[in-house]
Amino acid sequence: MKAIRVRGGRVIDPASGLDAVTDIHIANKQFVSIGAAPAGFIPDEDIDADGLVVCPGLVDLATHLREPGDTHKATIASEVQAAARGGITCLCPSPATDPVTDATAVVELITRRARQAHMTRVMPLGALTRGLQGQQLTEMAALRDAGCVAVSDGGRPVVNSLVLRRALEYAATQDLVTILTPQDPHLTAGAWMHEGWVSTRLGVAGIPVAAETAALARCLALVEETGARTHFARISSARGAAMIARAQRDGLPVTADVAAHQLFLSEMDVSGFNAQCHVLPPLRGEADRQALREAVAAGTIQAICSDHQPHDADAKAATLVASEPGISGLDSLLALTLRLVEDDIMDLSTALARVTCDAADVLGVQRGRITVGNPADLCLFAPAEPWWLRADTMASRGRNSPFLGWEFSARVHWTLLEGRILFRRDNGGCAG
Amino acid sequence: MSGQLDEQGRLRHFLTTEGLPREVLERILGTAESFSGVIEKSVKKVPLLRGRTIINLFFEPSTRTRTTFELAAKRLSADVLNINVATSATTKGESLLDMLQNLQAMQCDMFVVRHADSGAAHFIADHVSPHVSVVNAGDGRHAHPTQAMLDLYTIRRHKGDFESLRVAIVGDILHSRVARSQIHALNGVGAGEVRLIAPRTLLPRDIDRLGAHVYHDIDAGLRDVDVIIALRLQKERMQGALLPSEHEYYRLYGISRERLALAQPDAIVMHPGPINRGVEIESAVADCPQSVILDQVTNGIATRMAVMSMCLEHREDGTGGGA
Repeated sequence: MKAIRVRGGRVIDPASGLDAVTDIHIANKQFVSIGAAPAGFIPDEDIDADGLVVCPGLVDLATHLREPGDTHKATIASEVQAAARGGITCLCPSPATDPVTDATAVVELITRRARQAHMTRVMPLGALTRGLQGQQLTEMAALRDAGCVAVSDGGRPVVNSLVLRRALEYAATQDLVTILTPQDPHLTAGAWMHEGWVSTRLGVAGIPVAAETAALARCLALVEETGARTHFARISSARGAAMIARAQRDGLPVTADVAAHQLFLSEMDVSGFNAQCHVLPPLRGEADRQALREAVAAGTIQAICSDHQPHDADAKAATLVASEPGISGLDSLLALTLRLVEDDIMDLSTALARVTCDAADVLGVQRGRITVGNPADLCLFAPAEPWWLRADTMASRGRNSPFLGWEFSARVHWTLLEGRILFRRDNGGCAG
Repeated sequence: MSGQLDEQGRLRHFLTTEGLPREVLERILGTAESFSGVIEKSVKKVPLLRGRTIINLFFEPSTRTRTTFELAAKRLSADVLNINVATSATTKGESLLDMLQNLQAMQCDMFVVRHADSGAAHFIADHVSPHVSVVNAGDGRHAHPTQAMLDLYTIRRHKGDFESLRVAIVGDILHSRVARSQIHALNGVGAGEVRLIAPRTLLPRDIDRLGAHVYHDIDAGLRDVDVIIALRLQKERMQGALLPSEHEYYRLYGISRERLALAQPDAIVMHPGPINRGVEIESAVADCPQSVILDQVTNGIATRMAVMSMCLEHREDGTGGGA
């Protein structure tokens, strides 16, 4: 295995608090030294990181790779390559595949395809119930042994509270964190955007905030009952974030994430019937957006995820209500996260923590840290290099993004997974 | 969102009454007035749109609206094609966009569109070639701007100026594209007061922010109003827990003779049709001298003539006035 020296970059490791210009030495897939070279260390590859920020590789808790099932939208191979270009070294694909990731055969298919792509590490989420139908538990021990890092409702909430309680208990028995999407399906059905005065103006059926808070309240009651470690996915509202904060204060073992786009867009962005802003949970009010940013800064919401949902062009070439929900988010995850620093919401180390070590901690995996002995996953980016998100240069096969045309700083130059170079940006051109 | 005005502030499309400048609204009413003279003559035709092709593209069933659009186009000497898509191509899997491109290839000048999706008319306006105009004949719960304009025209013919008027809209505001367009249009022409009267289950959130006063008590809401607009209550609203029964709705919100007496003595009663007698309105009220429901239908032709001719009149060169 190659020995690599990353020389002279500004190394930021949020987990340890390190923020210094220094060298990193990698051998046998691991970090072997930060600072002085170990005795006898001869690098096979010397990466000049002068002027670059060197941070842990990003961990993305929520992606749809569209395989198996919707390979006309994207494939595992296409999307892990896109993730690598975005500085993401580990990602969790949703179990809402077709067929659902509820059996080891599907998990093995996903991990095999990912391995063959030789790119970003894929850490599958297993389905909480068979077929995500909310009725029968999956073989969680087998899923875990096949490589699943957590079990999830895949965005299809378990309606039956008894089943949900038992799923939480069983997952906890297998030492798996359960990822739940707090959305009341009855309050969400037949509606396409946040219920508020924009939905009233547009005459589009709205999803009230109570769709999130009513579901959260029910889930939190069951977490309190069972003590099972639970992660709440895609919090969208101020009231939802406040409930998570209260639960954490009460000592419940709960964490939460937010989709990056929720921190930058609101219901106002839907006001022209913009199908690119059709997402679930919906973009909510301006006050919600502010509260979500504060919750990320405070650490109530530990992780920012891409909620990557690549689509073919037809899926969005329709009226708002006939379009499919979701944003292609891998290309913009790091750039949006760092915009929170530009907007003075949090410092650089905190922002990076939310997409590295804090996200890894949700799953309990040893990733997202620059620590001797840890897998050498790195992202090197130029912190003030402007670029524009453009459809023709997006790395993901899905070009559905409301951020097209936005100017970003922070451009990824190198991505390393376990000491292997996944991506390097050469002058002008790119080589993966 | 596609702009419905060109750089000179003239109509390119007619998609919504929201945000339209007062002078455009007034001009539509003024133009409708002049066309009213035409349709009362024995030869009910003007050659304004001779040689133009207008396609009525209806994705939802409609009799009255489609017929009056068709009549309006014929009075303007345009060629009219009616396409009812509910029974046509989209059920065969053709996308809205494909269908649009096919129809456009037939060199038409205007689409009059009705669709069940809110935002459908905007979507189509965003995707048609620049010389084609789109008139919204009702999209989901969003807008029905020609209905609102014919209502304004009817109000003005009976009541004169808008400034002093109190207008009450009664019924299912939540699902009503008519109500939304009326609120914007009435506020656009400076109506004195717009009141909305409905139970909370039939009112969308923050509707007062569109510029209206909300009443749950119909007797308080109707007091001293000059115009009462009853909205149609669809039978399917009894499912989905919006209302317990038609009977209770009529008891609480039906426009009865007793309630009509609470309004100004010369108040007019309107309804966009089709009416459910004994549900939203008492039969005797629908047929009383204060009812102008049939005038609305007649005025629909002149108003739609006005909108169609205004959209197409400055498009002689076939390239359109807008960017």
